[in-house]
Amino acid sequence: MAEFETGMTTGATRQRPISPHLQIYRPILTMVMSIVHRITGAALYFGMLLLAWWLIAAAAGPNAYANVEWFMGSLIGQLILFGYTWALLHHMLGGIRHLIWDTIHGFEPAEREMLTLATLIGSISLTLILWVVGYLVMGGPR
Amino acid sequence: MSETQPMRTPMRQVRGLGAARSGTVHFWYQRVTSVAGVPLTIALLLIITALLGRSHAAVVQILGSPIIAIVVLLFIINTAYHMWIGMQEIILDYVHEARWKFLALMANTFFVFGVSLASIYAVLKLSFGV
Repeated sequence: MAEFETGMTTGATRQRPISPHLQIYRPILTMVMSIVHRITGAALYFGMLLLAWWLIAAAAGPNAYANVEWFMGSLIGQLILFGYTWALLHHMLGGIRHLIWDTIHGFEPAEREMLTLATLIGSISLTLILWVVGYLVMGGPR
Repeated sequence: MSETQPMRTPMRQVRGLGAARSGTVHFWYQRVTSVAGVPLTIALLLIITALLGRSHAAVVQILGSPIIAIVVLLFIINTAYHMWIGMQEIILDYVHEARWKFLALMANTFFVFGVSLASIYAVLKLSFGV
């Protein structure tokens, strides 16, 4: 019991080391992309509602599907879809970067900057390519 | 110094069990689902692009065909687990007050089950009709 009480005073009340938080660091590319990875992840979480709506409408029938097509074809719908496409591709490429880092490769200063920049440039270009293909080849949503 | 003032909490000392060897399970499955997620995401984007502008009847037929339906189902199930872990991580990072934390964790589970089961049901209905 005495030992337990000692543990109470030493273990629980002792000042534990804390790490400084984000605000005190100068923003750098890897840090900003880390935050963007989380934000895109959270956005995609709610974006699954759109996928569900689309699939349910397709299963429900032509009228429900026409509603989805109308919304996706509207200006707001197009903006959401464009952002969704970029968020998905950026989160995917960011994920690949993290998988590379998981293997303990690409941590040299130049390498990690290159990898991080590549995910950003890659996600923007792939989004543009996909939308150009979507409109030119497939005629876009109607 | 550190010998007399251990970092261990009283509860840990009382239990004396050591690690449960299960602390990394979410870390691991976040990696597993992200590896699977790369080809599945590319496949889903290609499927959606290919369906742009097609009539409802065509979309139903294509989404209900076996290979496409299986890929979409794999995407939904894989993403469900991935997003559940991810949102739990975000909640644990930012929501510290016990009541809101547990409400948010429950809401996360309800949301993921609701959205993914609804999507799965829709794909199955497109596949098996009625």
